[in-house]
Amino acid sequence: MKISVDFDKCCGAGQCVLAAPDVFDQRDDDGIVVLLDADPPADQYDNVRQAAAVCPAAAIEVHE
Amino acid sequence: MTAAAPSRIAVVGASAAGLSVAEGLRRDGYTGRVTLIGDEPHLPYDRPPLSKQLLSGAWDTDRLRLRSAEALEALDLELRLGAAAVALDTGAREVALADGSRVGYDALVVATGVAARRLPGTEGIAGVHVLRTLEDAVGLREQLRPGLRLVIVGAGFVGAEAAAVARELGAEVTMVTDAAVPLADALGPDLGAMLSQVHAEHGVRIMPGVLVDAILAAGGRATGVRLADGRTVEADAVLVGIGAHPNTGWLAASGVPVGNGVECDATLYAGSGVWAAGDVASWLHPRTGRRLRIEHRANAAEQGLAVARNILAGPEHATPFDPVPYVWSDQYDLKIQIYGQLRGCDQVRIVEGSLAERRLTALYGRDGRVRGTVGINMARATRRYRPLVAEQAAWPIAADPDPALSDGPALSDGPAPSDGPAPSGVALSGVALSGRNA
Repeated sequence: MKISVDFDKCCGAGQCVLAAPDVFDQRDDDGIVVLLDADPPADQYDNVRQAAAVCPAAAIEVHE
Repeated sequence: MTAAAPSRIAVVGASAAGLSVAEGLRRDGYTGRVTLIGDEPHLPYDRPPLSKQLLSGAWDTDRLRLRSAEALEALDLELRLGAAAVALDTGAREVALADGSRVGYDALVVATGVAARRLPGTEGIAGVHVLRTLEDAVGLREQLRPGLRLVIVGAGFVGAEAAAVARELGAEVTMVTDAAVPLADALGPDLGAMLSQVHAEHGVRIMPGVLVDAILAAGGRATGVRLADGRTVEADAVLVGIGAHPNTGWLAASGVPVGNGVECDATLYAGSGVWAAGDVASWLHPRTGRRLRIEHRANAAEQGLAVARNILAGPEHATPFDPVPYVWSDQYDLKIQIYGQLRGCDQVRIVEGSLAERRLTALYGRDGRVRGTVGINMARATRRYRPLVAEQAAWPIAADPDPALSDGPALSDGPAPSDGPAPSGVALSGVALSGRNA
């Protein structure tokens, strides 16, 4: 799995952090996503798919 | 999936909620036919940027695509775009489309969203805009230029975001609203007043507490607005941002229960094989027992996934939809985050930052419970209060300050502390919403 993030689209919702806290974090003020692991282990795949699905800015793309 | 799982699922509405249903079905292993029907000719696109990056010209229309061509292809959908649903026959289980064709289904999802409310009698007047679709946004963007006199009717988030963009592009902006304090309806008087002040500093002329009586026009083109108190405001263009109404007209003869939206149970099921998701769905909130309909982008995605899960589980095994609503707004250099439901809250407490800094986190309460949290330029810290909203923690919260939480750990320390349990150490003293808390 490879994750790509469009940081310009990110709205700072933090929904990705709620879904996959081992893979995503946020910057403090604007909340823009911080990708902690662009190539996460298999046990994170479901969480990452959920993060991409609920991102309200469609900023996360998952390639499998 | 059970043996009774439907083999044909039709989703009416090809925007965020409809797409989310389709994605959720595939993610949950559904291999049957999925037909995605949309009245707009475009591939699924995102609406929040319409009043932000698209309106400003920062993005072109291609950037609004919700999914790449490859991702859509992988979903293996039967796409019926540019084909409005005009009627539903729940007996025959068929959707009738405007082109005369019919789509059969075993389970149907209504995700037809909302339409922008217009001022009566203004259809066909050039220079009168709403902001809901791609065409709306492109049409308004083509008008925006330095010196353009733009009157914005309504002071909700769409109007406020458009005002910010229009000022940045040099237009002269007047905002007219019947609210005493613009944006106070969403955020309460203190934060509303702060936002109004920010708009005023950026040169927006705000006319609060007055209704618009009529759009003035000459030669079929808007020339201004007349207010209920008799004053007039000249304009080259008028943006009407006074809310939206659910797109349910096509269901009129279907027997599907429709009130303010499609009326569903707590699991988003409306009976007769019909489900609803997104802006159009009115569901019985499992905790309050009251009907709720949410016009926010994040809700569309979450509700779509929930409907997909519940369709595959079947109505008897479906689970209630119990979200923490989320919405954001970008205005000038302010990034606003809202978790929960602020409507009806009569208590507010700023727990980090201050109004003066224009950087804060506030908690909102009602009936002795935390109901929402708002962040302004404090996105990450604000998210840490979301669990208080999710569990509807008691208000006021017992004072037991935890300095680690109020400071917020640096990013390099890793996410663990900030993503732990809700901050429990916030001293809340139940200040009235109208009080000054900064």
